[in-house]
Amino acid sequence: MKIVVALKQVPSRDSSLRVPAGAAWIDESDVTYEINEPDAYALEAGLQLKEQHGGEVIVVCAGPDGAASSVREALAKGADRAIHIQEDDLHQADTLGLATLLAAAIRAEAPDLVLTGLQSDDMGSGQTGVVVAELLGLPSATIIMAVEVQDGAIRVKRELEDGWFQHVSLPLPAVLTIQSGINKLRYATLMGIKKAKTKELRAVSAADLGGVPVAQVRCEKVYLPERAKQTQLIEGDAKTAAATLADKLKFEVRVI
Amino acid sequence: MSVLVVLEQLGGIYHRMSWEAVVAAQELRLPVFVATIGPAGAAAAKAVDKVYSIEHPDLASYSADGYTAALEQLIRAVSPEFVVFPHTYQVRDFAPKLATRFGRVFVSDAVKLSRTVAVRQLFQGKLNADFAFFAEGPRFVSVQAGAYRGDTLGEGSPEVVAFAPELAGGAIRVKAEAPFRESSRAVDLTAADIIVSVGRGIKEKENIALVEELAAALGGELAASRPICDNGWLPMERQVGSSGQTVAPKVYIAIGISGAIQHQVGMKGSKTIVAINKDPDAPIFEVADYGIVGDLFEVVPALTEAVKKLRG
Repeated sequence: MKIVVALKQVPSRDSSLRVPAGAAWIDESDVTYEINEPDAYALEAGLQLKEQHGGEVIVVCAGPDGAASSVREALAKGADRAIHIQEDDLHQADTLGLATLLAAAIRAEAPDLVLTGLQSDDMGSGQTGVVVAELLGLPSATIIMAVEVQDGAIRVKRELEDGWFQHVSLPLPAVLTIQSGINKLRYATLMGIKKAKTKELRAVSAADLGGVPVAQVRCEKVYLPERAKQTQLIEGDAKTAAATLADKLKFEVRVI
Repeated sequence: MSVLVVLEQLGGIYHRMSWEAVVAAQELRLPVFVATIGPAGAAAAKAVDKVYSIEHPDLASYSADGYTAALEQLIRAVSPEFVVFPHTYQVRDFAPKLATRFGRVFVSDAVKLSRTVAVRQLFQGKLNADFAFFAEGPRFVSVQAGAYRGDTLGEGSPEVVAFAPELAGGAIRVKAEAPFRESSRAVDLTAADIIVSVGRGIKEKENIALVEELAAALGGELAASRPICDNGWLPMERQVGSSGQTVAPKVYIAIGISGAIQHQVGMKGSKTIVAINKDPDAPIFEVADYGIVGDLFEVVPALTEAVKKLRG
């Protein structure tokens, strides 16, 4: 089975995000990066399917030069080869533009299965996989918890809202968006890291893939959200703050 | 010019976020048409300008292919300037496909809407961003849970129009089985007055005992955010959030929970929210009434002691 995993490099969860006044994007000078967490689970799902059914895992990633570190990490974990769509400032492209680039790269591979995370930790649009599927003319299913391969088809477990699930079957080729936390992520071994250096990492530009379509929406301003509530911040060392909070729970909230 | 809101119902019961999407659409100051797959039901008594009831035997159960094909035909017939959805799991499954079919971008999970700008949250709710529309309509937008008050939607008696789409045989490629629930739901968090909830900040399974002790001292229920249940540290039935339970206790104490929107939708209706987190920029503080910025490993045991003392 030929599996493409689309992954994105995003600022690490614990990065402190600085926003210059009036800016259209964050100041990335102090930011560290990691593989978008849901995409890491998609990669793991792809590697496990390959181990069970044979085949190949190809990583596709769109991002600046620096994203190559995440691509290499995926190779070190066991992906067979990678395509890095090298392009700066992709956060100015809209979801359709980005998906168009990914679809162009994926189309050329003609995979049996395309996996990606259900959403990115940075933009959080939660739609890249589905848009890619539509551009490729493939069926898709989202928020997937488990994948079973059947003859020429797959049966997957979808998460619905409020604790409900559902099994659905799709003919291959198909696109799935993977939920975070569905499997146990592997670490890259030393051997894996060594091997990754010999694996194919092909860099292409957006122009090679037909260019980034003109954006239909543009991020014009990022800023700190207004607080929905006025939070009473309780100061002092842990012991003092805890005692003050306990008093408030007793006399203001009246639950003690 | 008009706005078409795609409502979500299951067997005649509307998803509450449907009405929130209608209220968001009213901000656009255009005639508001709504569409639903199935009978109009409660939508026929709402303050909207028209209801399209889409019926076809192949749409009896949800499929992305079926819903996309049917709504594509309705949108081409009505040609609205905006198409607005509630940002439900189902919408996430088909709306990006539908917008792409029109060569249009889908602006998902907006918290505020105007004719020219949609405000979205970035970085799990840490930042907001203004997204300006440039392309011609239809403009596809979904609205975040709780961003607008659905109960402010008034009553009315709109015209109900039946719409029968044509669906080709074999158009529906994804075959769905009946939905099911896994956990027995032995724990009913919705009945609890006090909930003490734990998130990623707890670091190790063994540390959950700290939070459990606080819950016990307060006489409350223990709950968790998604990563804790994914790791198997607590059973799924204790999960609060869009994929778990929605709770509204007298007090909700969030410990080491950053407060991503998926968690917030499950708890922001709580009467009082307390947040204990080391990151002062964590989105949980945006909804908290009381906050302690600090190390939970110091604050939580101290709080347990203080509560025990007050209880005598």
